[in-house]
Amino acid sequence: MSVRGLRKNYGALVAVDDVTFDVDFGECFAILGPNGAGKTTTVEIIEGYRPRDAGEVNVLGVDPAQANRAWRAQIGIVLQSVRDLGEVNVREAVAHFASYYPAPADIDLTIAAVGLQEKSGDRIGKLSGGQRRRLDVALGVIGSPRLLFLDEPTTGFDPQARREFWALLQSIQQAGTTIVLTTHYLDEAEVLADRVAVIAAGRVIAIDTPAQLGTGTSDVAEVSWRESGTWHHQSTTTPGAFVVDLQRRIGGEIPDLTVRRSTLEDRYLALIDQASPEQAS
Amino acid sequence: MSIDTPSLPNSWAIGRKRVGLELRQFFRDRESAVFNFALPVLLLIVFGSVFGGQDLGNTDVSFAQYFVAGMIASGILYTSFQNLAISIPIEREDGTLKRLRGTPMPKSSYFIGKVGTVVVAYVAQIIVLIAVGRIFYDLQIPSTATAWFTFAWLSVLGLISCTLLGIAYSVVPRQGKGASAVVAPVVLVLQFISGVFFIFSDLPTWMQNLASVFPLKWLTQGMRSVFLPESAAALEVSGSFQLPLVALILTAWCVAGAIGAVVFFRWTPRGSN
Repeated sequence: MSVRGLRKNYGALVAVDDVTFDVDFGECFAILGPNGAGKTTTVEIIEGYRPRDAGEVNVLGVDPAQANRAWRAQIGIVLQSVRDLGEVNVREAVAHFASYYPAPADIDLTIAAVGLQEKSGDRIGKLSGGQRRRLDVALGVIGSPRLLFLDEPTTGFDPQARREFWALLQSIQQAGTTIVLTTHYLDEAEVLADRVAVIAAGRVIAIDTPAQLGTGTSDVAEVSWRESGTWHHQSTTTPGAFVVDLQRRIGGEIPDLTVRRSTLEDRYLALIDQASPEQAS
Repeated sequence: MSIDTPSLPNSWAIGRKRVGLELRQFFRDRESAVFNFALPVLLLIVFGSVFGGQDLGNTDVSFAQYFVAGMIASGILYTSFQNLAISIPIEREDGTLKRLRGTPMPKSSYFIGKVGTVVVAYVAQIIVLIAVGRIFYDLQIPSTATAWFTFAWLSVLGLISCTLLGIAYSVVPRQGKGASAVVAPVVLVLQFISGVFFIFSDLPTWMQNLASVFPLKWLTQGMRSVFLPESAAALEVSGSFQLPLVALILTAWCVAGAIGAVVFFRWTPRGSN
């Protein structure tokens, strides 16, 4: 999948401005950004839901603006906050959507894969929020897609449900499906994504692996220790060398030494601050 | 259907599946089942019991029989127009339509599903209405092939026009939540002015003229020709059931509905895009 110079205006507002990135086969690609940054608009253009004003998009060899049924059959979409299908049960819904696809996955295996086998005969309107999103994933993957989109899939989940949901997405990726997900949870991107794009104010401000993202923009680690009863803190890009020097100077074990690498969150916030200083004030 | 999509299920097969899914939703959703299906039956029993056996004018037609014919015509309006004009805005809002657009379902299958659901709901409804009318109000079941033929084309033209009008009217409710508030009054007022709740020839002339613009007046008039004895023609304003005119006006509404559905129907909520 490739996106080049993507642009979308809503009246005078430029929602997406010159967005460019690629997603490789089998990858999990996360799009991070503050609310209103243009994440959902970008993804909806790629999904073929919205027209664009400029730029080129190629997804599985097709321009999504020309989406046909054959292309749709290879794409799975897990939407944000849908409340449909309340009156039918889980199995009825999954079986129904399976009938749209030329090569659907097994209905009961899919229900089991998302952990809803116990709820198979339950009305969808009676599912909890987490179970509901699992069903949405089941409907997203029932057509055996090559590419799965998820839009802020774990919003409103409790920590336990999020971990289970992440495991589910990891198993889907291991089965060979490329995943594109938008999120505003950094830990989610860190756990799931092979690469992360940060979008702020409609522009891509960084693309990298979660470990490397934004390492050029802030110090990599903070070293803390105690010396003569007072705490010292030092930010450094070379924590190893710093600690060796420190040990030599102190001559022995360094009291209360911690080396904290900057978290994805530190680096993400630094990136967002740099991109929109006027928003930070 | 085309060379590059050889193994995709065809739109009729998917449309049939949608009929099954939509029927389950139609009958399992309490609001939909009561409002679109049970209400006409309930009204028939209540009104029929209140005004029951009085004969109308010099005929041997009771008000209850007159009313059953009107309710059968109304059944078309309930199961097609009201059902779709309320359910489509809800589907636009709750994500149903967005989800469907993201799948390889052909758009035609969605409409096949709607039409199929309307037809099944209508047939089930008239069976119940006729049964209630027969058991409690001495409704005559038509005995001639001509009457059944009239019933058939009235049903077909009525369902086509009111289905298309319901699809077109589905843009009027701004939100799914209040959709019934802008749809049900239309249906109710039409029933009052079209000779369902009252004898049409007793209504003020201006009201008769107003009702003559809309399809329900013609549907009820046609249904009276099917379910009431020939002598009941004397109750009509013109002294006859005017079947050719009924066919003509319903056909015109089919055309208007088709244009309206194509022009006005939208998959996305207002304000998106």
